[in-house]
Amino acid sequence: MKISLNNREVEFDKDNLSVNEILELKKLSFRMRVIKINGVLIPKDRYDSTIVKDGDNVQVLYLMSGG
Amino acid sequence: MKFSEIKDHLSQFRIGIAGAGGLGSNCAVALARSGIGTLVISDFDIIEPANLNRQYFFVNQIGMLKSVALKENIARVNPDTTVIAHTERLNESNIPEIFAGCDIVVEAFDRDDMKEMLIGTVQTRMPGIPLIIGSGVAGWGKNEKIRYRKIDDTLYVCGDESTSADADQPPMAPRVGIVANMQANTAIEILMHNKHL
Repeated sequence: MKISLNNREVEFDKDNLSVNEILELKKLSFRMRVIKINGVLIPKDRYDSTIVKDGDNVQVLYLMSGG
Repeated sequence: MKFSEIKDHLSQFRIGIAGAGGLGSNCAVALARSGIGTLVISDFDIIEPANLNRQYFFVNQIGMLKSVALKENIARVNPDTTVIAHTERLNESNIPEIFAGCDIVVEAFDRDDMKEMLIGTVQTRMPGIPLIIGSGVAGWGKNEKIRYRKIDDTLYVCGDESTSADADQPPMAPRVGIVANMQANTAIEILMHNKHL
């Protein structure tokens, strides 16, 4: 499948991956972050149950301390 | 467009600022100078000497509540901007009440977990309200890393999204100020498009 990840087209061999699987495959782990899929915020406890599908717009926003 | 017209337009709006530290104090002052009608500023903390390396406060304000001191400073910059100062600690239940009626909310916290909490709360309990995040302000230099990103009509990010504040990479006036002013600039851009008020 092809998805848009932070406005870049990214291809995966498999269809229908969970949010956690996408994070693992793209090595986006271990940081404080917020994820939106097609404009909807995904709560952290639903990263395993939320499935990303072909054509989805996935936005990962990193939160860094300091202000 | 003349500045007097811009100011008149911006005077109709109300912006919420979550945190009155480095990001919040500088962003609020930039918005007040631009003529925003009302700022709702919330911070529970008091001013400490270490804050003066980046926050819009003065030596004689050390020990004061940040939101109260910022209200005082904004009154000296632009008395036409109304400031509503809140001094309670923000959480999931009081955020929607405190920022009710705001056209935009600016995230200006220090800690990453608080930023996450605010995003979750505003995006789910205040649907449609644009939220402007500051993320990645620590250290110095690296101008080329600082960026602005529109995620969608309700979520905008300013900062490098990569540097985290720590003992060797403290938040300092120049980079924090750049991002705070980018947040203010984003708010103005959103409001200048908003003609229907």
